Amino acid sequence: MSYTRREMMAIAAGRLIRDGDVVFAGTGLPLLAATVAKKIHAPRCVIFFETGAIDSALPELPLYVADSRVMYGASINAGLLEAFSILSSPKLRTIALLGAAQVDKYGNLNSTCIGDYHKPSRRLPGSGGACDGASLAWGFIVFIPHERRRFVEKLDYLTSPGWINGGNSRREAGLPRGGPIAVVTDLGILKFDEETREMYLAEYYPSVTPRQIQENTGFELDVSRAFEAQPPGERELKILREEVDPQGLIR
Amino acid sequence: MTLKEAVKKHVPDGAHIALGGFTANRNPMAAIYEIIRQRVRNLHLYVHSHGQAMDLLIGAGCVKRIELAYGALGRYAPTCPRFRLAVERGEVEWEDYSNYQMVLRFLAGALDIPFIPTRTGLGTDIAAKEGLRPETRRESKVARRKLLVAEDPFNGGKVLLLPAIKPDVTIIHAQYVGEKGTVRVKGLKFADVEMAKASRHLIVTCEEIVSEEKLRHEPELNCLPGFLVDAVVEVPFGAHPTACYGFYDVDAKHLYMYYDSALSDESFQKYLEEWVYGVSCHEEYLRKVGEERLKEITATQPYGFRLGLDRRRPK
Repeated sequence: MSYTRREMMAIAAGRLIRDGDVVFAGTGLPLLAATVAKKIHAPRCVIFFETGAIDSALPELPLYVADSRVMYGASINAGLLEAFSILSSPKLRTIALLGAAQVDKYGNLNSTCIGDYHKPSRRLPGSGGACDGASLAWGFIVFIPHERRRFVEKLDYLTSPGWINGGNSRREAGLPRGGPIAVVTDLGILKFDEETREMYLAEYYPSVTPRQIQENTGFELDVSRAFEAQPPGERELKILREEVDPQGLIR
Repeated sequence: MTLKEAVKKHVPDGAHIALGGFTANRNPMAAIYEIIRQRVRNLHLYVHSHGQAMDLLIGAGCVKRIELAYGALGRYAPTCPRFRLAVERGEVEWEDYSNYQMVLRFLAGALDIPFIPTRTGLGTDIAAKEGLRPETRRESKVARRKLLVAEDPFNGGKVLLLPAIKPDVTIIHAQYVGEKGTVRVKGLKFADVEMAKASRHLIVTCEEIVSEEKLRHEPELNCLPGFLVDAVVEVPFGAHPTACYGFYDVDAKHLYMYYDSALSDESFQKYLEEWVYGVSCHEEYLRKVGEERLKEITATQPYGFRLGLDRRRPK
């Protein structure tokens, strides 16, 4: 069965979600990943949104986090404060799924601007809840197209904290838990070294080579631990196409 | 009170104003169109994640400064175009926070505490970089600094202190308001309640004014008492083209059309002429939108949105 890179991304990211995880999802690919996971291997995973919709039923795919589609059938419709109190709850394994315009080798993210903050060449939306998901969740997963201009040595603006400068620097900055778990791109999956907290290549998709990934990354990448990812299964693709996104809004 | 009167009375030039709703849901659009028609200037705007309302206000030249967390509409606008251009051209001043930070600031305003601590944003450029100019920071209604990273006096370690927000006026759009002003928001409340309570004045537009008795039959579903509300105006479809849970969905076609228009100054001016200045009130605006479109987006019950609404970008 043939598949697109975006489908591979959604399915690969979905596999990182465990049964029982409480998932803080943005719309787009992150939501596809969470929904596919819930329908396949993590039926007890709960999806919630920064807008305050908790355990949404999602009868149709929402196109923004305040979409009325996150509201119907939720366990509660609350507000932002309630959503953030769940995000930071120490008793939950909360996983934030975040997009970004730039990422550095410690998994810090930029979604605020390209160029100087005070005179940007391109203004982007800003944090929204991304900084909060990155600061407070048990862990977070990043979705980003794999391009040199996005995988940068130095971010134009650090919107959402990853492992900051590596090592213990995240804890020293005042963030006692959390941090990036993985970066999911259209070429592969990257993870972070337990000690240095530097990004390394964990998996490359079928028909992609580690070398190709290094060429699309703006900093030196350890590829020695990488292996080829499992392609999407038929059942995963069927559920994604027929149940999760039948209108093809995101794929 | 009419919407014209409410805006005239409570939204003067230079007002510090907060807007309810979130990106493309429950934006107080009718009130925003009226503010633009009255050519209010130099607003200091507070929002978390906005929004169609924010983008129009900025584009129409009503805004001098924004404190915000986010300016986009998800799939309908990857970045709000007039906001983006105003920042890139330096036509407004801006200050970035996160959503949680903005809501905490509204909460602090509502509780009348001067600042509020949190951990979110430690180690980021949100904590490191200021946007507003030093001379702006000297104004009496503006906090002297953006935030402060300090030592937690109780447990040690770092905390981030955020200044409270106390807007002059907040505008929200609700589904129901009782004859005596009790407000009921259905679906997500976002941060409407916190910003409403933080504010000196509060304008509530609503889909329906209903009997107070009916709302008081289930008071746990209500979110604001009437004595906090300064003006109530019934405006059906008052959040169009954003959604209003239980009443109507987003007008996806209108939002895509807006986005394309807002990409250039010329076509944006045409949009304003046609949809804002060219109509005298919201009723006339709705006649222009047309009954057919309004029917198309009317919510399917009990879902609260329009089942099967075609949300694809027109080719």
